[in-house]
Amino acid sequence: MDALILARFQFALTIGFHFLFPAMTLGTALVILISETLYLVKKDDVYRKITDFLARLLGLIFVIGAVTGIVMEFSFGTNWSQYSRMVGDIFGPILAAEGVIAFFLESAFIGVLIFGRKRVSPGGYWTAALLVFLGGHFSAFWIIVANSWMQTPAGYEINAAGKIVLSSFYDAVFNPSTVARFLHTVLATWITGAVMVSGIAGYYVAKGLHGETARTMLKLGIILFAVTPLLQLGAAHGHAIQVIDLQPVKAAAMEGHFETARGADVYVLGYVDEANEKTYGLSIPGGLSFLYNFDFNSEIKGLRAVPKEEWPPVNLVFQSYHIMVTLGGIFIGLGLLGAWLLWTGKLYNAKWYLWLLPFLIPLPHLAHETGWITAEVGRQPWIIYGLMRTAAASSVVVTAGQLIFSLVMFTLVYLLLFVMFILLLVRIIKQGPAAL
Amino acid sequence: MEDIQNFQILWFVLIFILLLGYALLDGFDLGLAVLLPFLGRNKEEKDTLIASIGPVWDGNEVWLVTGGGALFAAFPHAYATAFSGFYPAMMLVLLALIFRGVSMEFRVNDPVRAGLWEKAFIMGSGLAALLFGVALGNIIYGVPLDDRMEYSGDFLTLLRPVPLFFGVTGFAAVLLQGSTWAVLKTEGDVQKRAFRAAGILTGINAVMAVIAFSMLAALFPLLSGNALFYLAAVMTIAGLTGLFFFVSKKNDAMPFWASSLSFTGLFLAAGSAQFPNLITASNDHNLSLTIYNSSTGLYTLQVMAVIALVGMPIVIGYTIFVYRLFKGKAKADNHY
Ligand code: HDD
Ligand code: HEM
Ligand code: HEM
Repeated sequence: MDALILARFQFALTIGFHFLFPAMTLGTALVILISETLYLVKKDDVYRKITDFLARLLGLIFVIGAVTGIVMEFSFGTNWSQYSRMVGDIFGPILAAEGVIAFFLESAFIGVLIFGRKRVSPGGYWTAALLVFLGGHFSAFWIIVANSWMQTPAGYEINAAGKIVLSSFYDAVFNPSTVARFLHTVLATWITGAVMVSGIAGYYVAKGLHGETARTMLKLGIILFAVTPLLQLGAAHGHAIQVIDLQPVKAAAMEGHFETARGADVYVLGYVDEANEKTYGLSIPGGLSFLYNFDFNSEIKGLRAVPKEEWPPVNLVFQSYHIMVTLGGIFIGLGLLGAWLLWTGKLYNAKWYLWLLPFLIPLPHLAHETGWITAEVGRQPWIIYGLMRTAAASSVVVTAGQLIFSLVMFTLVYLLLFVMFILLLVRIIKQGPAAL
Repeated sequence: MEDIQNFQILWFVLIFILLLGYALLDGFDLGLAVLLPFLGRNKEEKDTLIASIGPVWDGNEVWLVTGGGALFAAFPHAYATAFSGFYPAMMLVLLALIFRGVSMEFRVNDPVRAGLWEKAFIMGSGLAALLFGVALGNIIYGVPLDDRMEYSGDFLTLLRPVPLFFGVTGFAAVLLQGSTWAVLKTEGDVQKRAFRAAGILTGINAVMAVIAFSMLAALFPLLSGNALFYLAAVMTIAGLTGLFFFVSKKNDAMPFWASSLSFTGLFLAAGSAQFPNLITASNDHNLSLTIYNSSTGLYTLQVMAVIALVGMPIVIGYTIFVYRLFKGKAKADNHY
């Protein structure tokens, strides 16, 4: 196997794994902030228990996010050295800014959140919760900036030596896809948090554990679970429009749309036969055109508008995209159902719904992973869309043998981390907020 | 041209500061981890020692993350050459950092295998500290580079005696940081052992420092005209003398500062030997990566300077705040 493929596998594995944890961190940090705010306002000890319990979970989540994040930070130099030489002017400052502006903040105050309850006043503790929340979201912002710049590069010039140099930092940071991608990703992490908290609390309530604390936690979770997927619908729509505008080839792959045409379809379920360039499945005629600008007859570019060697793997992008969207629909439905049960006072006795909630916990992660596959595989064969090919980006001196070694190492170590994470997560959940 | 040179020098200094910050701060928690079996005899003592770094170690590690990011932003060629060239060593560093990070959390939450995680914590920390030292040693001593700026040695090249010696010197300094941190944060029996360790390590560091300074002076003749090099020597001598004195007086707080001063001296000596090179080419000096041939453009360096010069004072401010919040002797039950 050649080194490039191995490097791509390794990147997909390490980033796919890393992202599981920040998604939970941001979601948990949101619930902690809300619960701690309520504690400050209502002075009800129930909220303190919820915060302390979640802070304990956060400690476990955060540490794995941090150690796998360092792997990512180094990976551009270790595995993508040609890319690093090419884009140091733009990509480098963004990563460095993430360190200065976000990582220091988050890591300093997470120490206070986990170890400092007795050392600060309630107001001080609330401030730490706020700063952890902000630090995490700043971190997501800068990394999304870096990624968005690769998707829709802006604020740069190509100099005489053929190197990419920065011409406007503002334009590079607020490139055309940053805001849409940031909103969509952050909402996705909030959904993750909402589902996780609802799942844990649902289990407690179903088993009759932790009384009022569990019920309050469930209420918080369900309200968020009802609201965030609805907000996501708007953000996701904006994001999809952005992709159709700026990365038409990716958008065409997402719907398996080959010929540029008016009245393009949107598929609910389907399959792309790449060899014969045909898409089969259940579709809404003109749906894609309608979603694009509320006109069933508007024109959408097809894959054939560009040479075939510039197509991404179509079926993979198509399927990932549809898994994510389907899950989005499921979350909206189940979130609203939960809110209705809460509203009508049936929630705490709706055993079937309470028992369903814990099983939903992995689903937002599935939506994340498939969403990123859509975004990243859909960008291929480019590492920087339209500017630099992935094939030209990898390290020249790293051999296939070294990559096999590192890929095996990461696979085994991450498997171990994953197993340990699940075991300890279950342990902490079993101990619950009662002990605190 | 004049202009960009100023910024290239500024960035050399700033990255130096970030890496120094990393060495001093993560230095004490890595060093403490390696000394754990000698300083702590039972679970409670070990818990106390680990509790003393619990709230701060991750923030300490961010100095490395940010240093790496800053190197990428200011001198992408040096970042790309070193990280891809030293690939197998880098993978070991990552492995070591992963285990030392998660093992603290796993040790608390997984009592059944606590002993195993403790070993992972000690070995991960030790390996990371040693590898960083050897990597820096190689960068200073020089490695073979080709005309595409790529590393042309192999894994064994990294283990030549001189860079290895620099690595061991750094390792000894890290252990000293760890022992003096333990002196600062503990009391009773643990502190007694920490004082003893600090005393022994001061002696070892003194010997290593003499050899390291002489070696640098011999390898880099230009240093004899460099005032910073003499300042560095004074700092290290002052630091080590202070250590002898404060350790024998059983002073709690001063040994840590003296150790930091001595470590800073070592770093400054290395930095002044290195300037303006980032990665010295051992085969042909014209191939060296310098701050002049590996930097990004002026505009990038300026934008970055604004972010760093505004951001870092704020970072240092709240970092001090958090350290003060957790000041005083560590307690085993601080952990949750
Ligand atoms: C809980 C997670 C989650 C859910 C329910 C959804 N998404 Fe999503 N989606 C993500 C999580 C995500 C993500 C992981 O956060 C991605 C990867 C890259 C990005 O920007 O966000 C993503 C990417 C992504 C892209 C790829 C574009 C690119 O970045 O190039 C599109 C077009 C959409 N989403 C659209 C949708 C639509 C129409 C949804 C239906 C409601 C939807 N997403 C639900
Ligand atoms: C956290 C969520 C992310 C996931 C799950 C993800 C997933 C992937 C996958 C699956 C690939 C392989 C694509 C292929 O080779 O066909 C890839 C490539 C890559 N991604 Fe991402 N990505 C994520 C975020 C990011 C971010 C934030 C950045 C930049 C800061 C980034 C930069 C890259 C680079 C440099 C490559 C390698 C070159 C390439 O294959 O294009 N990714 N990613
Ligand atoms: C969309 C994708 C990503 C998001 C939203 C994200 C977000 C975060 C967050 C919130 C953290 C804090 C730790 C945690 O919460 O678990 C974190 C840690 C980290 N991430 Fe990511 N990240 C992403 C991808 C990446 C990539 C591509 C890199 C490589 C440059 C990276 C580098 C790091 C580093 C170095 C840390 C450790 C910081 C520390 O020690 O505190 N992340 N990430």
